[in-house]
Amino acid sequence: MLNTVFIIILGSIMLVAAFLAVYIKNLVSSVIAAGIISLLASLIYLLLAAPDVAMTEAAIGSGLTTVVFLLALKNIKQKEEDTDD
Amino acid sequence: MNLVMALGFLLVIIGLWAMLTQKNLIKIIIGFSIIDTGVHLIIVSIGYIKGRTAPILDASVSVADAANKIVDPIPSALVLTAIVIGLAVTALMLTFVIKLYQKNKSLSIDDYQELKW
Amino acid sequence: MIKQVLSLVAIVLLAALIFAPMLINTPLHTSLTPLANYYATQGADDLGAPNLVTAIVVTYRGLDTLGEVTVLFIATAGIGFLMGKKKKLITPKRPASELLQNGASFLLPIIILFGVYIFMHGHLTPGGGFQGGVVIASGILFMMLINQDWSHNVFLFLESFSGFFYVTIGALGIVLAGGFLDNRILPLGTFGTIFSAGAIPLIYSLIGLKVGTELVGILHAMRGEE
Repeated sequence: MLNTVFIIILGSIMLVAAFLAVYIKNLVSSVIAAGIISLLASLIYLLLAAPDVAMTEAAIGSGLTTVVFLLALKNIKQKEEDTDD
Repeated sequence: MNLVMALGFLLVIIGLWAMLTQKNLIKIIIGFSIIDTGVHLIIVSIGYIKGRTAPILDASVSVADAANKIVDPIPSALVLTAIVIGLAVTALMLTFVIKLYQKNKSLSIDDYQELKW
Repeated sequence: MIKQVLSLVAIVLLAALIFAPMLINTPLHTSLTPLANYYATQGADDLGAPNLVTAIVVTYRGLDTLGEVTVLFIATAGIGFLMGKKKKLITPKRPASELLQNGASFLLPIIILFGVYIFMHGHLTPGGGFQGGVVIASGILFMMLINQDWSHNVFLFLESFSGFFYVTIGALGIVLAGGFLDNRILPLGTFGTIFSAGAIPLIYSLIGLKVGTELVGILHAMRGEE
C-alpha cells in the first residue's frame, strides 16, 4: 500500500519533469530535468526490488548521461564562439 | 493494473512526442533518453512480484525457499546491460550533433535538408 | 501545424493499438516463470553466487554481456573517430578553484577504492562490474574537472588488457569446464564469502575495468577539441 503511494508521488514528479524537459527553452535546464527523471526512476527500481538496476540507473542515467549532455553543450557553445571571432 | 508499467508507457509517449515535434536536435536526443527510461521501467515492472524481495540469497532468503521469496531476476539482468548501452548510444548521437553543428552552424533540424524527399 | 496533428494521430494510434492492450492484458505475476524458477532453485548450487542477477549477467547470459561490451567498444571507437585527435587540450578561461582541486585530489582515491569494492563484491551484494566501472569513470571525471593531465595511454592499455583477458577466461571455460564463459574453472568455495563463486569475481572485475575505461574514453573524446 505504502509502495503504491510512493510510486504515485514519484511518478507524478517524473511526468512533470518529462514535460519540463521537453518544453523548457533553456537547454541546460532541459538536460537537468531529464536527469531528474532518471534519478526518480532509480528510486522506483528500488521499490520494485531491483537494487542492481537502481544502482546502475543512479550512476549512469542521472550521473554520466547528464555529464555527457553538458559536455556536448559545452562543445557546441565553444564552436559558436569560434565563429564569432 | 500495473502502475509502473502505465508510468513507463506515459514516459514513452512523452518521449516519442518530443522526438516527433521538437525542432532542436538536443531536444530530440533528450526525448530519446526519456523513451529509454520508460522502456526500462516497463521491463522491470514485468518481473516484479508483489510482496517479494530482491534476488539475492542471504540470511533472510535461504536457498531452499528462494523460489517463493524473490522477484524475477531476468528482467533486472537485461535492463542492467540496456542502461549501459543507452549511455553509449546517447553519447554517439551527441557526437553526431556536435559534428553537424560544426558543419552547418545550426541545431535546428529544419536546416538539414539533404535527406529530405 | 499539420506535422503536429500527424504526430498526435500516430501516437494515439500507437497508444490505443499497442500500449493499452499490453497494459490491460499483461497479468500481474504471482509466481516465477519456469526459467526464473530454475535460476532461483539451482543457481546457488550451479554457480555459487548469492546475487542471482550477477550469476545471470556473468555466466548464464555471459555471451550477452560479451556482446554488450563489444557494442560499448564500437560506440566508443565511433565517438573517438568522429571527434578526431586532439591537437591541444583546451586551456580553460580560469583554473579550477582551490576547493575543487583539494576536494578532488582528496576524494579520487576513495572513489576509486569504492568502485573496486563494488565490482569485487558483485557476486555478494547489489552492484558489480557495470556499476563499479561507472563509479571509477566518475572519479576520473573529477580529475578532468581540475585539468590534471592524465596520459590516456594508460586507459587504452587497461582497456585492451581487460578485454583480452575477459575473452581468454571465457575460452578457458571451454577447455576446463562446461562451455564458453563457464565460471567453474576455479573452485566454487564457501557460499557467501568473497573468494567464492569460481571465476565470477574475476570476470566481473575485468568487465568493470573494461566498462570504466571505455566510459573514460567517451568522456575524454567528448571533453572538447581545438
